[in-house]
Amino acid sequence: MAEVSPAAQEANQRVRPLSPHLQVWRWHVTMTASILHRATGVALYGGALILAGWALALVSGPDAYGDYMGALASIPGRVVLFGVTVSVFFHLANGVRHLFWDCGKGFDLRTADLTAWIALAFGFVAAVAVWAAAALSGAL
Amino acid sequence: MADYRTPLAKARGLGSAKHGVGHFIGQRVSAAALVFLVLWGVWSALFLARSGDYGTARLWLASPLNATLLILTASAAFYHMRIGMAVIVEDYIHRPATKAALLIANLFVCYGGAALTAVCLLKVAFAGAGS
Repeated sequence: MAEVSPAAQEANQRVRPLSPHLQVWRWHVTMTASILHRATGVALYGGALILAGWALALVSGPDAYGDYMGALASIPGRVVLFGVTVSVFFHLANGVRHLFWDCGKGFDLRTADLTAWIALAFGFVAAVAVWAAAALSGAL
Repeated sequence: MADYRTPLAKARGLGSAKHGVGHFIGQRVSAAALVFLVLWGVWSALFLARSGDYGTARLWLASPLNATLLILTASAAFYHMRIGMAVIVEDYIHRPATKAALLIANLFVCYGGAALTAVCLLKVAFAGAGS
């Protein structure tokens, strides 16, 4: 008998069937892309709040702005910003993939696999390229 | 146990299937806008990081084009992530009270963040490069 999480019963007093979970399926790159799309979306939630903080620091004056930019330029700040950069580019590429799906295109296995790999590669390559450009232009 | 009502008659008026599609469309339209806005945003972030100082940032934001695009970027992002986070909460949180609390908190964070960002940016943009 399959286990049912308490939450599934509590919501409506009935035991509802649950879909097979992650560990049941053979790993597939499309799963990785799907999970990372959600994970990077959550990360970008934080990224948007960093942008809000930047706007608040800018309006608060030179000292606050200097402190904020200093925090972003610190090692932990850079690690976070690099993560945000990877998230931006992966979520963007995978989001375009979703937009094609919404038009009914790209569902066959070969295309879905290929575009998943492309989105993953684009996320990392574009992020590294942006940080290389930042280093070369003296922004780091 | 005769029940003369058809299944359709019983189902009518129960489901949602009325407003949900608005979120679906909003999520995709904001996504399409963000493709361009975020690429511009990364480009701008590179520029602002290179100069790094307060005066350059104010001067940059004094440009109406930059101010408009940055406010649009933030607004579209907060709108997009409000819907995205609501989907995540609805997927994983099944206790009605917790779910409602988290959905409302999500609304407050996203609309609060969007309003705060817009007001801060506009204040700097209207003041111009000085002060």
